Amino acid sequence: MNFKFQFKRQFLSGPYMAWIVGFIILPILMILYYGITDSSGSFTLQNITAITEPIHMKALLLSLKLALLCTAICLLLAYPLAMILNGLHLKRQSFVVFIFMLPMWMNLMLRILAWQLLLSNNGILNTVLESLGLAKVQLLNTSSAVVFGMVYDFLPFMILPIYNSMSRIGSDVIDAAKDLGANTLQVFLKIILPLTVSGVISGIIMVFVPALTSFVISDLLGGGKVLLIGNVIEQEFMQSMDWNMGSGLSIVLMVFVIASMAFMNVHGNEEGGAAVW
Amino acid sequence: MVKKIGSRIYLSVIFLFLYFPILVLIVLSFNDSKSRVAWGGFTGKWYISMFQDTAIMRAFATTIQITLVASVLATIIGTLAAIGIQAMRRRGKAILLGATNIPLLNADIVTGISMMLLFVRFTKLGFMTVLIAHLTFDIPYVILNVLPRLNATSKSAYEAALDLGATPLYAFYKIVWPDIRPGVFSGFLMAVTMSLDDFSITYFTKGAGVNTLSTMLYTELRKGIRPEMYSLSTLLFGIALLLLLLINFRSARKNDINN
Amino acid sequence: MAKELIHMSHISKSYDSTLVLDDLDLCIKENAFVTLLGPSGCGKTTTLRLLGGFETPDSGQVFFDGADITSLPPNERKLNTVFQKYALFPHMSIAENIAFGLKISKKSKSYINSKIKYALKLVNLDGYEKRSVDSLSGGQQQRIAIARAIVNEPKVLLLDEPLGALDLKLRQDMQYELIRLKEELGITFVYVTHDQEEALTMSDSIVVMNQGYIQQIGTPEDIYNEPCNAFVADFIGDSNIIDGVMLKDKLVQILGVKIPCVDTGFGENQPVDVVIRPEDVELSDPADGFMEGDVVSIIFKGVHYEIEVAAGGYDWLVHTTKMYPVGTHVGISVIPFNIQIMNKPESSDEKAVETGEF
Repeated sequence: MNFKFQFKRQFLSGPYMAWIVGFIILPILMILYYGITDSSGSFTLQNITAITEPIHMKALLLSLKLALLCTAICLLLAYPLAMILNGLHLKRQSFVVFIFMLPMWMNLMLRILAWQLLLSNNGILNTVLESLGLAKVQLLNTSSAVVFGMVYDFLPFMILPIYNSMSRIGSDVIDAAKDLGANTLQVFLKIILPLTVSGVISGIIMVFVPALTSFVISDLLGGGKVLLIGNVIEQEFMQSMDWNMGSGLSIVLMVFVIASMAFMNVHGNEEGGAAVW
Repeated sequence: MVKKIGSRIYLSVIFLFLYFPILVLIVLSFNDSKSRVAWGGFTGKWYISMFQDTAIMRAFATTIQITLVASVLATIIGTLAAIGIQAMRRRGKAILLGATNIPLLNADIVTGISMMLLFVRFTKLGFMTVLIAHLTFDIPYVILNVLPRLNATSKSAYEAALDLGATPLYAFYKIVWPDIRPGVFSGFLMAVTMSLDDFSITYFTKGAGVNTLSTMLYTELRKGIRPEMYSLSTLLFGIALLLLLLINFRSARKNDINN
Repeated sequence: MAKELIHMSHISKSYDSTLVLDDLDLCIKENAFVTLLGPSGCGKTTTLRLLGGFETPDSGQVFFDGADITSLPPNERKLNTVFQKYALFPHMSIAENIAFGLKISKKSKSYINSKIKYALKLVNLDGYEKRSVDSLSGGQQQRIAIARAIVNEPKVLLLDEPLGALDLKLRQDMQYELIRLKEELGITFVYVTHDQEEALTMSDSIVVMNQGYIQQIGTPEDIYNEPCNAFVADFIGDSNIIDGVMLKDKLVQILGVKIPCVDTGFGENQPVDVVIRPEDVELSDPADGFMEGDVVSIIFKGVHYEIEVAAGGYDWLVHTTKMYPVGTHVGISVIPFNIQIMNKPESSDEKAVETGEF
């Protein structure tokens, strides 16, 4: 290839580069600018230190707690599932992807609606409990309902990367381990588990980040009673109209997202979330 | 044997967890009673009132418009960008791919807010701003689907075509394009999926008057549940099922031919 | 005579209703280098996997050292396998790979370390302990796979086309390496390959298989010089295989010409396959052969010329050190001792040998 032609090919990404600058970099600079200024435009760190206010701190801690819980549940559900699916030796892997992606094609709001129906006080779950002679449980508008909804929403993002990393393990590697004397448990601990770490890490990132930053699920399934950091930020922007405060808290949230990803990446080889697809 | 039965049960439980809520919506969409638990006989009236509901239909139309326009444009810009990125040196590649990952990894709420801050400063929120926002998170999916295909494409075949007298454009169309087409297609599909399902980013960039299904439903759900939403769910699920079956069937047939 | 170590008795195995092995019987003596040879799909790899414990037969039994191990899982068998694509553990260093089996059997640290050193030396890769799997070439990975298997001191090493992925030169070097290893370790090797040259070079005995049946068992010399049917003759080296009729003892007719041979006992006027190795065909003046023909093509092969001669309606493959230009009119002759007569099989997959022992 001659130099002139190479130049032309790189030029093809020109529109996208302009797009990155205009609609990815610039907006982030805007948020940084709003975050460190007050309504009159002068420099302040108050919007960022506002995270230490009890109401904000409480929301952040609750977000972290629910996101961790959701991630843990997803991991516990998804890992055995991926093992079972892998053991089925499906000829067409796309079938698995299909089964778990299909619910994702339902609009998020309608999936939430379904859980509202199931969990509400006179909903299906409580009707079943009552007909069995058991006491009703208050689930809707509690943290549990929010975790339920998050797990339902994000479970596929945990299953797919783990399943992918598992299906990449050659059967001859498993055979070799058995041949060298490893029993089923040893094969799992020494071969399968270490070789799926990268998938687990992708899954954790892909579940933890949206769970930490979610505000819709907590809004609709928590009934306004479960206040996450996402809800606080949303209210600053849409109700209190304090964009500087909202931006400052967003910066804090971004720091947490970046920190959690860095933390996970230190504990595993590089495999971005996009590798899942 | 016990293990096999155990794993079957486990699979069924997860399957039920994923599909039972959807099943409930489908059943309720045909329920004549407004009750959420009692069956009041079969009816199609919720479908009729759904189609007569202008708010739902308008949001539906807007969703389709945004999704299609954003996905098609994102596919074009993203594919071109992928070709350009592939030709770049290591450093430029790393920087661009890093930037590409930002909208994927950043929290949706932050992406939405940051774009809103930009838009309100320079223009008014509306259909165009939603479109731009959708393009911004759609393009990365296209790039990440096309780039691996592009890397797997044999460079020597392309060079051989040039050697045999093909123009770069002709060589691209005849040699590279057939190889990356599946990636372009799956990138387009991902873009459609993401656009259809997006709520957070649309919510912050839409302004008053514009509503996609997600934002319309959000407002409605905060007010209360209407039975028309069940029929909307059933309809959307049916469309998704049909589309995915079609795509799967298509790719399966292609695999069979290739084998 | 060495004692019998492995006995596979009446083994049948099928996958999805395709019969892969049909009533196979095979004995392997202690300390032998046995090669299972055949085209892909002949059942040789399945036979090896049955020995390794990765498959269980539908019927029949596998005995090891007199004990029935048919349903014993692989981790409890005293055999180790070298896999076709090496199957090294990608997340472990070379030393960790080699130590895997020893750690499982809870050997002491000092024992493991000395074993790793010894094994790496044995496969000519001293000092590679800390390297990662990815940093090794195919040939090196293969050696590590062998080292990983032999540190466990198995009585039998199973090798599944271990050289299949290597290039020609490396393959030849590794062949000598394997023979040397086998002699140093003094254990039994069961080797699977589809490469007849590999089989002839390394083995004490060769088991030729096709379509789930054992076709012939014998030493490399036996198999090459006395193939017992046309399949074996064709599979081992190049051959001229010609339809013929055994007129009576020591006289066979091919392509309309009666020629003397040394075989007896086929009866009279019996259709047979006549097999003649290309290096056994002698070219001469037209008058001196039992048949005349013309040279159609000639290729220089280094040690010899490969010549095609059209004679009697058959294209003869001839290896000779003398040059015959294309178009030369030549005579063809073969001494009686070099003519192999074989019964025609009744069907293509007919089993030629019921049971084999060596």
